[in-house]
Amino acid sequence: MRRLIKSDALREIILPLGQMTVFVLGAGALFSAVMILFALLFRGSGADKLLLDTQGVNILFYTISNLPQVLIDGVTLGFVYAAIALGYTMVYGVLEFINFAHSEIFAIGAFAGVEFLILMDKIGLLAGAGTYGPYLYLTLALSIGMLTAGGVAVLIERAAYRPLRGAPRLVPLISAIGVSFALQDIIRLVESLTTGQFYRVIPTFGNFDERIPLFSFKTSSAPINVNIQVKSVIVIVAAMMMLVGLNYIVKATRLGKAIRSVAQDRNTAAIMGIGVNGIIAFTFLLGGALGGAAGVLYALKFTRIDPFVGFMPGMKAFTAAVLGGIGNLTGALLGGIILGMLESFAGAYLGTFTMGNFGSEYKDIIAFLILIIVIIFRPSGLLGEQISQKA
Amino acid sequence: MRNRYILVVMSLAVMGLLLAGCGAADPKVIKIATQSPLSGGMSAVGTDIKNGAQLAMEQLSGPLVAMGFKVELAAFDDQGNPDTGVANAKNIVSDPAILAIVGHYNSGVQIPASEEYHAAGLANVSPANTNPKVTERGYLEVSRICGRDDVQGAVGAQFANGKGIKSAYVLHDKTAYGQGIAEYFKRESETLGIKVLGFAGTEEKANFDSILSPILAAKPEVIYFGGMFDQAAVLFKQARQKGYMGMFLSDDGFDSSDAAKIGGAALLEGAGTYFSTVAGPAAAYPGTAKFQADFKAKFGGEPQPFAAQSYDSMAIVLKAIENAALAADKKMPARADVAKAVRALKDFPGITGTFTFNSKGDLAKAKYFIIQVTSGDPANWSQNKIDRILDIAPPQ
Repeated sequence: MRRLIKSDALREIILPLGQMTVFVLGAGALFSAVMILFALLFRGSGADKLLLDTQGVNILFYTISNLPQVLIDGVTLGFVYAAIALGYTMVYGVLEFINFAHSEIFAIGAFAGVEFLILMDKIGLLAGAGTYGPYLYLTLALSIGMLTAGGVAVLIERAAYRPLRGAPRLVPLISAIGVSFALQDIIRLVESLTTGQFYRVIPTFGNFDERIPLFSFKTSSAPINVNIQVKSVIVIVAAMMMLVGLNYIVKATRLGKAIRSVAQDRNTAAIMGIGVNGIIAFTFLLGGALGGAAGVLYALKFTRIDPFVGFMPGMKAFTAAVLGGIGNLTGALLGGIILGMLESFAGAYLGTFTMGNFGSEYKDIIAFLILIIVIIFRPSGLLGEQISQKA
Repeated sequence: MRNRYILVVMSLAVMGLLLAGCGAADPKVIKIATQSPLSGGMSAVGTDIKNGAQLAMEQLSGPLVAMGFKVELAAFDDQGNPDTGVANAKNIVSDPAILAIVGHYNSGVQIPASEEYHAAGLANVSPANTNPKVTERGYLEVSRICGRDDVQGAVGAQFANGKGIKSAYVLHDKTAYGQGIAEYFKRESETLGIKVLGFAGTEEKANFDSILSPILAAKPEVIYFGGMFDQAAVLFKQARQKGYMGMFLSDDGFDSSDAAKIGGAALLEGAGTYFSTVAGPAAAYPGTAKFQADFKAKFGGEPQPFAAQSYDSMAIVLKAIENAALAADKKMPARADVAKAVRALKDFPGITGTFTFNSKGDLAKAKYFIIQVTSGDPANWSQNKIDRILDIAPPQ
């Protein structure tokens, strides 16, 4: 690889893209294979009979025909998780503590972007935006979400974490939990000032709700159409671009080198003339901006946001970061994709395979059970904690 | 540092004074409490429950004022949350001036909160709580002027059956209200021969992807959601975006203009969206024209569902207090006497009907509606089409 691509900069762009493709395809293939294996094992079981009875298909056919859609959902969700997980992992890399307020930074980004779109909608700009206009406004909303969330992250670092820099490691952790609760209620307060309602719905605009037909295959009963929503494509593409950009900044720029040196050894980095505080603030800015963008994408995909919207995605992204190996950028990406797939698969098939005894509401239990098993066997995450090359 | 201590001490002192000020009450003040979600996702309906009661108090408290009482509204925000509702209930019970409560929007909040009212003998007239357990406990203090979920769920299933629907997928929000009504819908559907392809609960509010996958694979003709609009509308919208073209059916929790704000045009596509309710749009009741005009003039908007019922609940409470006060020689009536006076009312004329309670606190006969969503614009919510109206007595 090193010989093939001469320029370091180019390599740092192509390498992560390759990694993403490998992760998505690998995880997709693995999960599909396991699911088909399950379906084969369940042939002739009560669940199979129930399916034949209610829908006239056997369990193997049911599993396979649903696979493409489940995979697409899983990948979309996985990229959202990955973008949030990077915020946890970057901060852990440089400070070795978990920034629990990151889930609220995500929510703040979502609210900033959505409020901007609501404002544009009120002025009437969204309706007459034409074909490409909506993409411009979405990009603007993403930028606003990123700036706001990044800015708030830097402020939090300055106000709640920097004064505790020398304290034992549990202390900033408690501070982070406190900030998390405070931010939730601050968002609630600010959003309910005007109408008393603290949830927001992203305006409908552009062609984001349309579906792009991918392929369809004929079956004995009805043809199955597989399609992907425009907004899912946007989420995936935007997340990929951000992940590549982040990777480039961290691995191929002077600033990135400074971040890595602070992560390795803060004191030595300071001796070498690196402004440690500035670099840590910059790390928060990067992580916060990614989280904020993920928030806007989340709102675009799932329509409705409230001040507590960050909690579950934040929890899962944190888990994804640990699963991949906390402090490890590639690990966060892998962890996010695996967790998104796990959730999507568990949600789609759990009810059918247990004959409705455990519906899709148990998806998180299954997803987290598998995570516990992974962590037991690989305590430092799938790709390992990168002690020497954190962040 | 010293300054900071002084500041803390002073603010504590100020708070203490304020609290002391609250403690001294005029013996001739009668307070009536409302409890409904005034903040949060359900605040649109909850606020109008308070507003409806407030309007009734302003218009109908004349007789009590003539007896020399000062009548005040004490509005509480239960946030649609059982814990908050019970905490409020404890405050309400400990205020001797409060003689009755109009309220609760959510059965899941009303049921635990009313245990407090029952213990204190405090009358509670509910404009909106439909779970059977609300009255099945047989508390003298708890009455309601709306229908019940065991009937409402069955009405939904009968409607689906009437539309020739053969398969359904049932979801609920895991609350006492949502799960309850979903179970009644399921039971009646199965009796009528509608295949129930799945039954699941979820507290998810944003990402319904994985919940929808098995539903879309099962291809039900109707998706039924037992719960509130803030989940249902998001679910319905995402189902449409994934290409589901069947019918959506929900319950009175769906009846809020915010459902159209969230769901938009997606509610009208395919086989459309219907919901059963125990409170028709204000236009469904002949007596509400004046109420609608007054409400609009005072609060500057169309009344949300249950606002008219809340008006009637307050009217009932005021009448009961008046009767109890007359019986007590125009003195402050006892709480227990007010509770008895509520049940003693016969054919009390309200704007949404005439009310007589049975021994449990249900109406002798309640109205049930099936409503079709006809516009994706929240402003047109109150003009939704009434598909049918049924008068049904509660099960004994």
